[in-house]
Amino acid sequence: MNRTTGWILFAILAVVGLVGVFLRFTSSRDLAAYGSYIPWGLWVATYIFFAGLSAGAYVVAVLGHVFGVEKLKPLAPLALAIALACLGAALVTVWFDLGHMERVFNVFLRPRFTSMMAWMVWLYTAYAITVLLALYGLWRGNLNLTRMALTIGTPLVVFYPGAAGALFGTVVAQSLWHSPVFPILFLFGGVLSGVALVTFASAFFTRRNDPGYPERIHLLGRITLGLAVLYLLLEWAEYSIPMWYQVGHEFEALMGVLFGPFWFVFWIFHLLLGMAVPIFLLARYPRNPVAVGWAGFLAASMFLAVRLNLVIPSQVQPQLEGLVNAYRDRRLSYAYLPTLFEWSVVAFSVALAIAMAYAVIWFLNREKKLEVTQ
Amino acid sequence: MPENNATQPGTDGLENRRAFLGKFASAVFAGMVLGGAEVKAEEGKTTLALPSRSPDGPIRPELEYEDVLVRMQRELEAALERPIQKWVMVIDTRKCVGCHACTIACAVENKLPPGVVYRPVIEEQIGEYPNVSWRFTPRPCMQCDKPPCVPVCPVGATWKSADGIVDIDYNTCIGCRYCLTACPYQARTSDFGDHWTDGTPGQGQMPYEELPMFEYGKEWKRDGHKSPVGNARKCHFCRHRLQQGLLPQCTTSCIGRATFFGDANDPSSLVSQLIHKPNATRLKEELGTEPRVYYLV
Repeated sequence: MNRTTGWILFAILAVVGLVGVFLRFTSSRDLAAYGSYIPWGLWVATYIFFAGLSAGAYVVAVLGHVFGVEKLKPLAPLALAIALACLGAALVTVWFDLGHMERVFNVFLRPRFTSMMAWMVWLYTAYAITVLLALYGLWRGNLNLTRMALTIGTPLVVFYPGAAGALFGTVVAQSLWHSPVFPILFLFGGVLSGVALVTFASAFFTRRNDPGYPERIHLLGRITLGLAVLYLLLEWAEYSIPMWYQVGHEFEALMGVLFGPFWFVFWIFHLLLGMAVPIFLLARYPRNPVAVGWAGFLAASMFLAVRLNLVIPSQVQPQLEGLVNAYRDRRLSYAYLPTLFEWSVVAFSVALAIAMAYAVIWFLNREKKLEVTQ
Repeated sequence: MPENNATQPGTDGLENRRAFLGKFASAVFAGMVLGGAEVKAEEGKTTLALPSRSPDGPIRPELEYEDVLVRMQRELEAALERPIQKWVMVIDTRKCVGCHACTIACAVENKLPPGVVYRPVIEEQIGEYPNVSWRFTPRPCMQCDKPPCVPVCPVGATWKSADGIVDIDYNTCIGCRYCLTACPYQARTSDFGDHWTDGTPGQGQMPYEELPMFEYGKEWKRDGHKSPVGNARKCHFCRHRLQQGLLPQCTTSCIGRATFFGDANDPSSLVSQLIHKPNATRLKEELGTEPRVYYLV
């Protein structure tokens, strides 16, 4: 894909996204499909998707600068740019989801720390500061500052995806969410998708004539492969335990995921395109940068399917039998399919993430602080 | 209140009822009440059949009795004199006829827009032909003593008040809808800013859509994006009516006298008597949320 094609695709994404954002501000949320019985939809799933990508990208920088993996050290600017961009996209997406966007600062002004959401916002903020400090250190050539920021950020990058998982896992009312494995799933899922995204970006957007390039891509491919296998193991636990005896709400909800009307989200987008194909490519062609790059792209992008399956199926299960017929309204439904409007807002978030990452890379390139980026 | 002893349908009424049943329950009486229907069960044995009637209704039509609404109103006024109340609602599912009057009365009282409902009535068909019946379950907010919706709020916009009602501060709520996901009774709905006249011919909103409502004792007008638009909303036992010495609208409007409301701190109140009956139950007891809404089944 040449540069012109890339710009055209980005422009389409940005235009669609801007239309979505315009509609979000002018028509409120009339055009969204979520309601009161399924309060969280595509935007919340996208938010945790981007948050996970950010955490995973950050981990690459941490591996290089904190744990001394020399092969990955040159990737720190790219990884941190992706981490910042994805964090920005995550927060913007969930901001659009709020009923009162103008009151978002209440989370800082009057937080209630019994809420995992409050914890998460504060952890995000601390994490974002370390990302900015690490990038500032790279810009000023102060690698000690970068290392220090990343060291402080290391526990944060464990806790905040975990907190995102706990945000769901602590909700007693949602039987499918209320599981101790959720924070672990979110942590490893985030790291997997983020490392995979950096793998993709490194394979296609860094200098191939750099002497360390082949080994770097090989190493990233190996890490992605290991994380993918680990995630499948955790996912097996997530699905097999509630389903084994084929009884209960969790069983019914998971049956809906596997064989319901949106079965293809799990089987095609997640398991086939997001797991099987990348694992095959990474295992079969570990030293082929193109194969590794595409494996990274698939593993990262298809992880949105995992996020959708984490957020929505639990809410599709009625809390009280018969409630849906007690009062009919389109907002009081247990059926959910994201509308084009919701997807267009997601397009904006993706375009925003690309623009932010590009801007940071462009700036650092101009300052000649990058070693490997094209 | 000794002067009411003979006529109250609560504990005193129960005493009267026992005395009455002891005196009059007989096969002859049962035959009269049942319209002379033949008693076929276990022929040869003396069969006692009790008259079919509602438990809190009049024992004998000719006896004077007090409407439960009058009693609850009197008890409400007495409760408001006390420094602290423990508001409780009791719903007799055997009396509920599924008329949905409470749902409508609530919507009118609180000027609820489309998609926002505080008290739907769940209808369920039980059994198969020929043994079929209907069950009606009105579902207000349970005002749980351990409300899962409260600790999840990231900005402290909802809390458990001293009288037991779970309140929402519309002006603080950010509209994240975390509380909606956390409620095991799905008693919270989000106000998406819809209007009844959306998509209908005509110009603008109808006057009834522009009327203010008075939830939590404040005047609110749904105008543009102002609160409560964008907020989580739910039943609050008509706190604004309680503040004025009035029963919740669902209680007042119940044509079958199936909804009871009062202060459980008063052991002689109607609700105190009802919630300690063996047939009193609560929804999803196993979650430990300790709802303040009881069902008589």
